[in-house]
This record gives sequence, structure tokens and C-alpha cells, in this order.
Amino acid sequence: MRANTMAAMILAGGRGTRLLDLTKKVAKPAVHFGGKYRIIDFPLSNCANSGISTVGVLTQYESVLLNSYVAKDQFWGLDIKDGGVYVLTPRERDQKGFEVFRGTADAITQNIDFLDQVDPEYVLILSGDHIYKMNYDKMLKYHQEKQADATIAVLEVSLKEATRFGIMNCDEDDMIYEFEEKPAHPKSTLASMGIYIFTYKTLRKYLLADDKNPNSSHDFGKDIIPAYLNDNRKLAAWRFKGYWKDVGTVDSLWESNMDLLKNNNELDLGDETWKIYTEDVNALPQYVGEEAKIDNSLITQGSVILGTVKNSVLGTNCLVGKGATVIDSVVNPGAKIGEGAKVIRCIVADDVEIAPGVTVGSADSEGIELVAKKFVE
Amino acid sequence: MKALGIINFEDNVATVDGLGEYRPVPAIAILGRYRVIDFVLSNMTNSGIDRVQVYCKEKPRNLIEHLGNGSVYNINSKRGKLRILYGEKNFASPVYNHDIANFMLNMQYIERDNNPYVVVAPSYFMYSLDYSTVLAKHLETGADVTVLYTSTGEAKTSYLGCDVLTLDKTKKVTAIDRNRGNTARKNVSMECYVMTKKLFIDLVKKAAETSSLYWFKDILRDSVGELDIRGFQFKGYVACINSLPEYFRVSMALRDRTTAAGLFKPGWPIYTQTNDSSPTKYEAGSKVTGSVVANGSVIEGTAENCIISRGVTIRKGAVIKNSIILPGAYIGEKVKLDHVVVDKYAIIHHVKELVGTDDAPIYVKRRDRI
Repeated sequence: MRANTMAAMILAGGRGTRLLDLTKKVAKPAVHFGGKYRIIDFPLSNCANSGISTVGVLTQYESVLLNSYVAKDQFWGLDIKDGGVYVLTPRERDQKGFEVFRGTADAITQNIDFLDQVDPEYVLILSGDHIYKMNYDKMLKYHQEKQADATIAVLEVSLKEATRFGIMNCDEDDMIYEFEEKPAHPKSTLASMGIYIFTYKTLRKYLLADDKNPNSSHDFGKDIIPAYLNDNRKLAAWRFKGYWKDVGTVDSLWESNMDLLKNNNELDLGDETWKIYTEDVNALPQYVGEEAKIDNSLITQGSVILGTVKNSVLGTNCLVGKGATVIDSVVNPGAKIGEGAKVIRCIVADDVEIAPGVTVGSADSEGIELVAKKFVE
Repeated sequence: MKALGIINFEDNVATVDGLGEYRPVPAIAILGRYRVIDFVLSNMTNSGIDRVQVYCKEKPRNLIEHLGNGSVYNINSKRGKLRILYGEKNFASPVYNHDIANFMLNMQYIERDNNPYVVVAPSYFMYSLDYSTVLAKHLETGADVTVLYTSTGEAKTSYLGCDVLTLDKTKKVTAIDRNRGNTARKNVSMECYVMTKKLFIDLVKKAAETSSLYWFKDILRDSVGELDIRGFQFKGYVACINSLPEYFRVSMALRDRTTAAGLFKPGWPIYTQTNDSSPTKYEAGSKVTGSVVANGSVIEGTAENCIISRGVTIRKGAVIKNSIILPGAYIGEKVKLDHVVVDKYAIIHHVKELVGTDDAPIYVKRRDRI
């Protein structure tokens, strides 16, 4: 398919500190979700499904796994003549030496040479750690119709939630006149989703100016958008309706997984017209044993269920031993639950083994327990 | 491995009723996410055979779509090559459409290959084996042809119509006959042959000259006295998908994890085409036991001892036992199935009960609505 004129840049450098041990050795975008996926599969699949063929992925924190993962652009069908997935990491440069990305905007600025080479008319800035389905091509059409310099995807949130987001104050045409970061008294409930379309020529100028500004934190929300507003640039808000979640904490990651278990859930991973693509792991089909009991759960290939699984999401190649019980939990790929063990309200991290007979988590716990180490007793 | 892989098609004795009407045996779906051909093709690439020719008797569309350019089977897209070959002319009658005719029509591609040896194997036998051990043995014995065989006690019911070997003490083949199911203990040929490419070409040409109805196995049988044909016993798990009851029996047997471990070995991946299906949803109230389940399905009802492929829907109150449900099939509310093979995208809605047997499982046609 002939590519459209927009290149995507996915910011995937963050650690996601509040995910605790889940991000000890991998960046947040590489964290597993929904049994078989990684979080970054969502923006990457959205790109592929939206007809975008050039995708840069900007990585920094613990990037070995993430770099090798996204480099396999065939997972998302992006191994095409006119495009691909490009891994962009901080690098040593002439005169400047080795610098890390100082902020979201700086990550793009440091890769202006890459964008110049691609020469897109528009640049789509995405975050690598959100769970949602979005047609970026529709957003681009809107950006063109509005003849905007930048378009920001916004989500209607409650007034209470608005205090936790960057809020866009708009006129009646949904053109943005003011941006407030986490306002104590929000004037609007349109929250920025951290998804931007910029006309590249203009953005390039602003990025170069921002680079020279010693007072800048080199952040899109804090610096670039305010600079656009200052100059009365045309900023359009594009309203998104649908499922969107920033899975920043153990609890929200768990909740988002549990959302998948609801009937007619908004994310609808089974939708054939907007598939979420991921690594093709070579695994056998699922095996459900003679004494197994499975109730309201999502299970993926390679898993062997000999015990009881209820209201849970199980990843690739998991084992639930005889007499073991998994309730209200997320079990990541490769984890093994020993015979007679009980797992309640937990996220069990990748490849963790829970010894036979052991109980982890509890039905009346306030938060969700993260089981990240081999659990013996 | 210095060998060209040739995946041959099954002879006319091997027919899987129903399923075989829509696709060649190698393209039949098995165990939820595989096709029959995945096993022999994975054996080849895992053995280091990077140039493979897949011969197709008829209806190539299904195989072409499934195999693609071979990259999912780990074939290097530049150095390696997967060719799907078939007779591009009309045969006067189906009896003329045999392997020799197809080899002759594509002889230039066999001759042009640089490998000194060939590994010829049919697509309807399922097993896991490193062919380089067979080639090593072949070179060690100095035989003209090495034939893979399995020693079975099930020849009365399984492997019907397959070749059986009579071997002397040095494992030299002294006779090749057909298995007519009269004796249980037989050495069944797995129709996998290792020889030099030159000998293979000579035999193909000789077969074509001898009779225009000859298959490769016919010329090999004729050559028993002249050539040094040696047996190589394979002692692992073998299945031969040459009829609907055998397809059914093998599928059901492989639900057992110990049996399956004989086919799926660590470090010996069985590759197949992915479908990017979501995980399978087991709805509240569903009851699934003793079953093999692929991704992308939605299960509300009951499934006991079944094989459930990708994208299957089983509605509330449906009870499915000892059945094989192929991709995309829909089992409506309160439908009861026992010993049934439901082909792709079939919809069972109005008929509320179907009961078959081990020897005669009921087959529901592809895209049928009943």
C-alpha cells in the first residue's frame, strides 16, 4: 500500500517507575498486557491499521528487549518497501558528545536528521505506553480540514479526573486557546492524550528554537504546545471516543486487564477489522485438563490449565497446576502456578514460578499484589 | 545439510472424506492451529534444509496461502527457497496426475538445484525427526536409497494402503508391498527417501518411461533387487493422516499431553502461519475439560475432549463431546455434538443433535449451514 505522508514517532523511553519490578529490566512499553500482547503493540498496530508505514520508536530506559522487539517490524506488517520500524536511541554526536533525551520534545529534536531523511509532511507523536485503538488517519484528515499547525487528541474526562491531566481549553470550534497542566480548578474536561499531529515544517522550527532555550524542559506539553499558543498558531482539539488507558501503576494495569473480561468491552480485541498484532510466539494450542475449571477468563496459546481459573487473564505458555486456583489475577507469559497454589488479586510477572501449595495475594486486599520473584513460601 | 527437500503428495489411496474435498491433505487443519504439512516442513527447516519443493496434486490455492514464501517456517528469504509446484497442464484423467508426472513437468527446477542429495518426504505423515541423522546413516551404509520406516503393531487399523517393507538382518529392503490390514505387526514405510539427486532424477525418468501411470513408490518397488535400498527405523511418534477416521483418531490421541510430547519436542519447533487472533474467551458458565483450544475463540457452552480451532464460537447450552471444530465454525445454543468434525465456517444452528462414532465420525461441510 502506498504510504500516506505522515511519519509516526513513538516515545518509548520511559521506565514507568510505578510499575515497580515489572519495569526493572524492561521499559514500560514492553510490559505485557492482555495475555499475549505488549503495551507498545497497541500504538504500533494502530499505525499499521491507519496506513502509516514509517514509524520511529524512541527508546532510552532498559532498551535491549524493547529495541530488539520493535525492530521486528514484520510483527505488525510494517516490513514494507516504503517504510519500516526504526529504532532511535540516544547516540554520540560530533561536537556534542553523548547526550540522553532530555525530554519528549528533545527526543524528536535529536532525531531531526532522521525525519529530514524521511521527509514527511506531517509527524504524529505517540506515547508507547497507552492502551487504546485509534485511527490516526481520521485524525490526520481532521488536522488537514482544520488547516491546523498542530492537532491534539483529547478525551472527555470527569471534572474530578481533570485535575490529573493536561487540560485543553477550546473555543466553540474546538480550537485550543489555552493549555493547563493538572489545573486545580479545571475550566474544561478535555484531557490531552499525549497524541499530537504536527505539520513537520513548522514543528521543525519550534524544535530547533526549543533546543537553544536554556529554560526549556524540552517537553511537548510544557514547552512546545505553550510556544505554539504564544505565537497564536492554530491548534485543533480532536475528540476521541473509546477505550483509552494509561496503565501507569500495578493497580491500573490490573484494572485494564480486567476490563477485557467484561462482555462487549470497548477494546474488543476480537475485532477482525482492527487487529492488535504482536509477536508470533511458537507455542502449542492451549490445553485444558480433565479436572480444569475455567470461568470468565482470557487464556492464550501454550498455556496448560489443570486447575481452576476464574476472572483472570493468562499469558502465553503459563501453567496452572492440578488443584491450583487463580482468581481475579493477571498471569504473565511463562509463569507457572504450582499444584494446589492459590493466586488471588495478583499480577504474576513473566516466568515467575509459584511453588506448590503457596498462597499469594488475598481476596480483601486493598491493592493488587505484584508477584515478581520466585515465590516459595 | 546438502540436500534438496522434496515434499511429495499423497497417493490416491489416501483420501480424507469430506475435509479432502476442499483442500489437499497437507492443507487440512489439525490440532487447532496447525496444518498437516507443518510437521514435515518444520522437520526440513529444523534439519537445515533451506531449499524445499512442495508438490501439490490439486487445489493449490490453500497451500499457497498457508505456506507463503516460507519465512514463517524459518526459511531465509534470500538464500533459501520454498517452491510450490504442480502440474500446470490438464491431465487427461486424475489417474495421470501422480507424483512422477509432476516431477517430470518440473524437472528443470530439480535439475537446476545445486544440492547433491534429496530428502523426499510426503506431507501426510506427522513426526519430528532430524533428517541429517538419516543422511549421515545413508552415507555410512553406502546404500543407494535409505527409506524411513516405523515398526508398528497397529497395521490392521492404521496405515492402510501404505507401503510395508520386508527387511533382512542388515536392514536391506528385500520386498515392498501394500499394507492390506491383514497383520498387526508391520514395518510401514514412511515414504521418506534419502538418495543422491542424480539417482532420484534417474528413477523419475525411468518410471515415466516404464508406465504413464507409475508413482515414485512403484518404480522403487521395481528396483528392490537392483538397488541397495536400506531401512532406517524411526522409533518416535508417527501418525499418518490418510482417512477421516485416522484424522479423527490421531487428533483425539494428541489431546493427551504425553502422546503430544512425542511430536512436539523441545528445541524442535513446529512452525505455522499465524493469524493474530486474540486470546480465547472462556465466558462465565462455560465448561471446558480435556480439550485442546486455539486462540480467538469464544466459549459459552460445554466442551469435553474436543479440539477447538481458532475463531470458533460455542454458544450457551451447547454441549460438544469428542469433536473437532475447525476455524471459524459456529455452534449455536443447545446444540449437542458427539464425534463430529465441523469444517471451517460451518454454522450449526437448526440441527440440535449430531452423534457419530470413532470409526465413522460425522462430517459437517465447510461453510454449511444446518
